[in-house]
Amino acid sequence: MSSADTVLLDRPGVSLSARLLRSELRLVFGRRRNQVLLVVLALVPVLVGVAIRVSSAEVEPGEGPPFIDRVSGNGLFLAFTALAAVVPFLLPLAVGVVAGDAVAGEAQAGTLRYLLTVPVSRTRVLVVKYGALVVFGAAASFLVAAVGLGLGAALFPTGDVTLLSGTTVSETSAIGRALLVAAYVSVSLAGLSAIGLAVSAFTEVPVAAMATTVVLAITSQILDAVPQLDWLHPYLFSHHWLAFGDLVRDPVPTGTLVDGLQLQAAWIAVALAVAWSRFTTKDVTS
Amino acid sequence: MTAPVLQVEAPRSAPDVDAAVRTTGLTKRFRGGQVAVDALDLVVPRGSVTGFLGPNGSGKTTTIRMLLGLVVPTSGQVELLGEPVPRASASVLPRVGALVEGPAFHPYLSGRANLVRLDAADRTVDRRTSSARIDTALDRVGLQAAAGKRFRTYSLGMKQRLGLAAALLRPRDLFILDEPTNGLDPQGTREVRTLVRELAADGCTVLVSSHLLGEIEQVCDRVVVMRAGRAVTSGTLEELALLARPSVVVETPALDAALSVLRRLGATAATADADGLRVRADLPDVAVEDVTRALVHADVPVRGIGRSGRSLEELFVELTGEGFDVVG
Repeated sequence: MSSADTVLLDRPGVSLSARLLRSELRLVFGRRRNQVLLVVLALVPVLVGVAIRVSSAEVEPGEGPPFIDRVSGNGLFLAFTALAAVVPFLLPLAVGVVAGDAVAGEAQAGTLRYLLTVPVSRTRVLVVKYGALVVFGAAASFLVAAVGLGLGAALFPTGDVTLLSGTTVSETSAIGRALLVAAYVSVSLAGLSAIGLAVSAFTEVPVAAMATTVVLAITSQILDAVPQLDWLHPYLFSHHWLAFGDLVRDPVPTGTLVDGLQLQAAWIAVALAVAWSRFTTKDVTS
Repeated sequence: MTAPVLQVEAPRSAPDVDAAVRTTGLTKRFRGGQVAVDALDLVVPRGSVTGFLGPNGSGKTTTIRMLLGLVVPTSGQVELLGEPVPRASASVLPRVGALVEGPAFHPYLSGRANLVRLDAADRTVDRRTSSARIDTALDRVGLQAAAGKRFRTYSLGMKQRLGLAAALLRPRDLFILDEPTNGLDPQGTREVRTLVRELAADGCTVLVSSHLLGEIEQVCDRVVVMRAGRAVTSGTLEELALLARPSVVVETPALDAALSVLRRLGATAATADADGLRVRADLPDVAVEDVTRALVHADVPVRGIGRSGRSLEELFVELTGEGFDVVG
């Protein structure tokens, strides 16, 4: 019959399939739960911005989330404050939910067996799933930054921005720095996504994978706060999560930022290797 | 109970048969030691509609999962359409339409959106024809009207139909359908039978599993009966019917002599049971006493003779064991 000619188009192995990735993105972003997570994240700069606007309380530097004392002086700082507020918990929660669901959710629903018998190679399933997770993490970070910038500009004065280092840069440069911060946060979340994907490949219970991923993110930060464990700190995946503050200095001290990016690259490599070795050998019995 | 092993044909797969599915010594031992499939030699000849029968827990679904590369065999080989699985999965599975252990789709997507996703996953199809192929598949299973509804609102029968539509998304050479009539009302069951007949008429091979003989008896030309991970019988439905029809059973140590007498009397089919002590012949119009006389005349030692009659269903139960006989 008919299929012999079409089979020739097939190239086994890992070539990224744009069509399947688009389908995966529609799945992730079309899901009501994930949309709610994004809305909750977008509400953070709104809450912080409105709270600062309506309150007359003086905030001392060092109180509250980083940069919050500067927002009333320059609205663009709302983006930095909001990102600093969501990085420790809300963003890892959102990414943990979506990443933990990635493989385990399809396994539990049984859709995994139909995807694999299409066939989609298991490596390709992981590549596409991970690609969608990275996009989701980036979308979440940039959403918070964009709402922060927009609302900050609407509620507070803007203009040239005085950085932490005392130097003043243009508004455009400040917006550029906010976007760089979002990009740095996206890379941090790409690391957590890889870990969540690996966890997800080990179970058919998505809730367990989500909870494990979020617990790992929190545990990593707790360990990072214990001075007696300082030998361990450089290896914790959350260690440089807040290093993006350096992007608000001039000139930008790149040392810690580069350390952070390298740390994420290492975690991504290890976690994806674990996910791959597990997922490509396991029996799909769900 | 211990079922007699009624061997209609040698289970060792004759290598010359052009097989759409062939397994050799296929075995799956799960962690914990449970043997789900035990040295199974399964042959589904090309162009046949083969029923894969057995009670729940007899290893049918695990076998099907191994055929499709979802479960890695502990030992043994699988060939689909002449190519080894899972090594050649990428090239052979697009030619195989499958329903595995019930339909499973994303609950919050519509039926159509689910098909779009599966089609997007297939790198071997032309995306420009995607929408037309999806429409054809939906029409073929009668689901076009409900295609826009979320999968979670579907009845079990509609879910089953969507599963069949997914198998029909593109032309296939082989269909592996695990319990396709499960959850369907009599009307739906009839429609599935019609569909299977159409697929067979198109030249496709169909392997269709069921725990109910009656569900698939009418569409199959061959059956394989599973019990506790092994194939206890395989053959054409006629061969199986011979075992079930009222037939003369002669207990004798001289099998060949008895067979030739029975054939002379007009038996269209006569076989020896696997235990080598009995022959069975299809002689509806000859009285048992006449058969006895003919055997004695031919000096065939007769230890016992009688008629046996069983329905196919009774035979099936005899082969697979009574219910609640879970082998764990």
